Amino acid sequence: MLDQLLSIFANVEFYAAIIRMTTPLLLAAMGSLLAEKAGVVTFSMEGMMLMGAVGGIIGSGVTGNVWMGVLLAILFGISVGLIYAIMAVSVGAHQIVTSVGLNLGALGLSAVLYPLVFKRGEEVIQTVIRVPSMPLLKIPILGDIPFVGNVFFNHLPPVYIGYLLAPVVWFILYRTSWGLKVRAVGEHPHAADTVGISVAKVRYATILFAGACSGLAGAFLSIGLLGSYMENMTAGRGFIAYTAIVFGKWEPTGVLLGTLLFGMADALQLRIQALGIGIPYQFLVMFPYVVTMIALISLVGKASWPASYGSPFRREAG
Amino acid sequence: MSELLRLEKMRKTFPGVLANDDIDLSIEQGEIHALLGENGAGKTTLMNCVYGVYRPDRGRIFWKGKEVTIHQARDAIALGIGMVHQHFMLVPPLTVAENVILGLPSPREPLLDIKAVEKEVEELSQRYGLAVNPSAQIWQLPVGVQQRVEILKALYRKAELLILDEPTAVLTPIEVDELFAVLKSLKEKGISVIFISHKLEEVMKICDRITVLRDGRKIATLKTTETTPRELAKMMVGREVFLKIDKPPLKPGEIVLKVEALSAKDNRGLPAVRNVSFEVRRYEILGIAGVDGNGQAELADVLSGMRRASSGRVEILGKDVTDCTPLEIINHGVAYIPPDRQHTGLILDFTVAENLVGKSFFKSPLSKWGILRRESIEEFAQQAIQEYGIRTPGAQVKAKLLSGGNQQKVVLARELSGNPDLIIASQPTRGLDVGATEYVRTKMVEARNRGAAILLISTELEEVLTLSDRIAVMYGGEIVGIVPADQADIHEIGEMMAGTKRLVDGTLTLKIQETEKAYESSD
Ligand SMILES: Nc1ncnc2c1ncn2[C@@H]1O[C@H](COP(=O)(O)OP(=O)(O)OP(=O)(O)O)[C@@H](O)[C@H]1O
Ligand SMILES: [Mg+2]
Repeated sequence: MLDQLLSIFANVEFYAAIIRMTTPLLLAAMGSLLAEKAGVVTFSMEGMMLMGAVGGIIGSGVTGNVWMGVLLAILFGISVGLIYAIMAVSVGAHQIVTSVGLNLGALGLSAVLYPLVFKRGEEVIQTVIRVPSMPLLKIPILGDIPFVGNVFFNHLPPVYIGYLLAPVVWFILYRTSWGLKVRAVGEHPHAADTVGISVAKVRYATILFAGACSGLAGAFLSIGLLGSYMENMTAGRGFIAYTAIVFGKWEPTGVLLGTLLFGMADALQLRIQALGIGIPYQFLVMFPYVVTMIALISLVGKASWPASYGSPFRREAG
Repeated sequence: MSELLRLEKMRKTFPGVLANDDIDLSIEQGEIHALLGENGAGKTTLMNCVYGVYRPDRGRIFWKGKEVTIHQARDAIALGIGMVHQHFMLVPPLTVAENVILGLPSPREPLLDIKAVEKEVEELSQRYGLAVNPSAQIWQLPVGVQQRVEILKALYRKAELLILDEPTAVLTPIEVDELFAVLKSLKEKGISVIFISHKLEEVMKICDRITVLRDGRKIATLKTTETTPRELAKMMVGREVFLKIDKPPLKPGEIVLKVEALSAKDNRGLPAVRNVSFEVRRYEILGIAGVDGNGQAELADVLSGMRRASSGRVEILGKDVTDCTPLEIINHGVAYIPPDRQHTGLILDFTVAENLVGKSFFKSPLSKWGILRRESIEEFAQQAIQEYGIRTPGAQVKAKLLSGGNQQKVVLARELSGNPDLIIASQPTRGLDVGATEYVRTKMVEARNRGAAILLISTELEEVLTLSDRIAVMYGGEIVGIVPADQADIHEIGEMMAGTKRLVDGTLTLKIQETEKAYESSD
């Protein structure tokens, strides 16, 4: 059995799988980091992702064009983001409670939408429906490097977007004046307000961006990896992405490392399942979540969330 | 000289309070104009209306002769009005330059060219004599420097009128002088300043004209050269004030607080209190003088149980209380008046009544079987409001809506209730007007006269000199001298505060430790 386990690590495919399984987490977490930095709790990523997954399958299935699926997934993610922004920013509702509501709502809505679009006649679909899915994009030259090429440069397009997102988000945050606004809004919204920054605008924009990225993450699961859909397809990946933000202490590099850790746990779990050794698969499926828990418990050092984290901004009455 | 800003019949009411009652005001170009008034007179409210933080109920604002409407801070900034609030509006983890550029297009939009901004800030700070390091993070800077950042922020936005809300309340005497130099250079360059204060000497020293407010009404606008501090005090308070406090000589009693070779670290983990030893007895006020940031705050934290000692020992009435929790220390009969009433002294979002019972709500008659008794609490609060003259629309008003002086009275009323044996008062009159200051000081002397031991920590030398029976000076975390107040020589104390002289050296503390050891081995 040990031999079998070790054989996993000897296989190039395993490392490519890490990169692959990290992608949905990375897209959602890195895409939401700006909103988080602006002081918004993006616990609604799960719902955004799930709507993205179902949006992808619908767009691709109905038009026969996978890119229309991607577009619809992003639009669905943005829509959830818009509702969340209205609730969290304009109404000033409790952000965790609103997120939980949206996540449950997305679960229900996706379960209704999918059969609604894909049912044939009156009968409910039984078989798995296949739709056009994303093509592999091998990067010229780099993709031919032995080992490295297969691990890093022979993937679906969203993988590259995910990895580019990390430096881009870092650059926006620390090298543009818009990023400075985002950080100021998260740390001291009143101060930002007095110098004429619209706290609401910054938070809306970042939440919508989180929605778009999470929607793409969902599409990666449905019309990327599989080309088909299952109910509750995200299976808590949005929550794990959220955990990666906490684990990464709200810094792009940390978040990247966090998603890689959880992506690796996921890839490993899948490989062990495939080996068919005696461990019940339920335990294996648990593995990434257990890693998440352990990672959070062992998280040491000073908490580093933005000072206004989770609290709606109100100008003083008067 | 031409008129820069004119206010006509500005009125602002809050529920139950008429904060500004038809106030007229005129500010000339290039003048320093004082807004003088007691706590709660309505100074901050009036300026908040000008700066767009509050919307006045009625009234007209003219800027360079043209009527303007100011709905939000943005409008005020666009006109050329800058305001430094009593509580700074800076983002602590960001750098000085980042705070200055925040909200403005950077020189290389959309890129944040922070190096270019740092250079601009550097130039600006040199032009006006506001020394700051543009790449330092705000939280690392002392308050005096943070204030300079606020001023720089306004100047960077091309402010022609700078409103400073009680700028000196948070400053050490040296920083006050530096600020005044800055204000003079602003004035020379044609920038007007509205200087809110209730410190008469400062106003007399720096301002060209003075407007006095009382109870929301404008009493008068006077030229500094044509008035006296005495006249101003009378206008402000509405009666004659006497700052001389009657303090009968008393013989110190038993030792209440004994501190031995105490050391502690600051928030950054650096030594802040070094090997400090002293004692305070009943019927005695021990004043600790020193420039802000020489370990006084950390010392007060350790004594009140909010910070751990790294070594040494604290005894209260003979019992070891080193590193006890704040509650345990309270139960030893200690009252603590913290330097920072906004964060440590009060829970701003709680009502006045809730804050007043903060130390005793779990005791009878305020609660029974663990259930709060509303009537008793209300009664207790009303009594405290009466006794301490707290100006508030009611006991159920949130503490954050009171003016600074009245907030401090709430702290005082809570801490002095129950006749504590030891009172640790840190900056007890910071930001208070003459009337309130007189009141707080009288209360402390009263407590001393009835037998409490008082440790007074103040950066205002004048306060330490008037109140103390003995004076200790802290410098660089050490006590560099302790002298009886009647033998105190201001120059000597000044030198000790500046670190150029010390009366105590390491040997004294050593001696104390030796006696201690001898004492321990004998039993
Ligand atoms: N937002 C508010 N809501 C209700 N009442 C308020 C509010 N702000 C101020 N007040 C009340 O208005 C009055 C004037 O307050 P203001 O803060 O303007 O006084 P001030 O002159 O600045 O006093 P201080 O010297 O203590 O700062 C006070 O009675 C205060 O309690
Ligand atoms: Mg004020």
